[in-house]
Amino acid sequence: MTVETTVAGTMALIAIMTLVTLATRFGGVFLMSFVTINPRIESFINTMASSVLIAIIVPMAVSGDAGSLAALVVTAIIMLATKKPLPAIAAGIASAGLVRYLGITAL
Amino acid sequence: MNVHTYSYQLQPEKVRAEFFRLLPISLFVVAFGAAFGLAAIQKGLEPLQAILMSTTVFAGASQFAAVDMWGSEVSLIPLMAVVFAINSRHLLMGASLYPMLRDVSPGRRYGLLLLLTDANWAVSAQEYQSGKRNLEVILGGGLVLWVAWIIGTWLGVYFGGLLQNPKALGLDMVLGCFLLAMALGGNKSPRTLVAWTVAAISSLAAWKWLPPNTHVVVGALAGGAIGFFWMEKKPEAPESVEEGRSS
Repeated sequence: MTVETTVAGTMALIAIMTLVTLATRFGGVFLMSFVTINPRIESFINTMASSVLIAIIVPMAVSGDAGSLAALVVTAIIMLATKKPLPAIAAGIASAGLVRYLGITAL
Repeated sequence: MNVHTYSYQLQPEKVRAEFFRLLPISLFVVAFGAAFGLAAIQKGLEPLQAILMSTTVFAGASQFAAVDMWGSEVSLIPLMAVVFAINSRHLLMGASLYPMLRDVSPGRRYGLLLLLTDANWAVSAQEYQSGKRNLEVILGGGLVLWVAWIIGTWLGVYFGGLLQNPKALGLDMVLGCFLLAMALGGNKSPRTLVAWTVAAISSLAAWKWLPPNTHVVVGALAGGAIGFFWMEKKPEAPESVEEGRSS
């Protein structure tokens, strides 16, 4: 099924995207309201939460270019050394820019 | 359960503080939004349509993927599938906040979730690990991120030429670096490190062999399984299976 991107069609598509996204924002909490939180569930939630971050970042590092990898490596080093997020993030972004500016394609 | 008083009170001054705390990262979100706005009009969306999409959808990666599928016609089911798959991480993110969200009234609970996105969630989830309950960052931080995303889109659709290549400045890595900093700032017990290893391997495997955009959910659930079977401290020895299922 296809929708023509007329004005009405585009509005409908945006509305559908909004509803689908809303379902993902609401869905997890809605389902959790049927679950009793015991220590085991709590433990699952906590490890799952930080695993979300890892599951976003690792494929990003592996599939990205040398600039992306440099950004993540530099962020990690500075974050572990200083525990200060903002300098770590800024240095990471700057490294991506620098590596790409220099045209380095592999680390 | 019915006689529930909701114990979590959102503190206005803390909401304001969290707004300003996420202001720096929001400046980068403006740039990212501008890149989206530019991509959207290049794919044929009207400026106001792009701004409307950013306002109501408020989920960057899925919006980029959606406009990528734009043309004179758009296939509905693939569009919905892509948007759902990319945003399915929200299901887990929301669930992870449930121990706090159940302490606010349902109206506020779902109101807060309207503003749930990666950056403010990452702050809240990581602070929860260290024993701090912070839903204010979902509201205050979410607001500043949302406004930044809309302003960025607006800049991109009208002045897109200013930022032709955000990648050259490393701006595509803002969120990745932010999330990594949050992850590394949290607690790193042996159990967490094992969970992360499992999450990393499973997300890579999913990225390689499973349908596109499933890797985040697969990796996160695999990491969570470590927590489910390996509980920290409190060695109340007979941890029966029943307990895990009770409802």
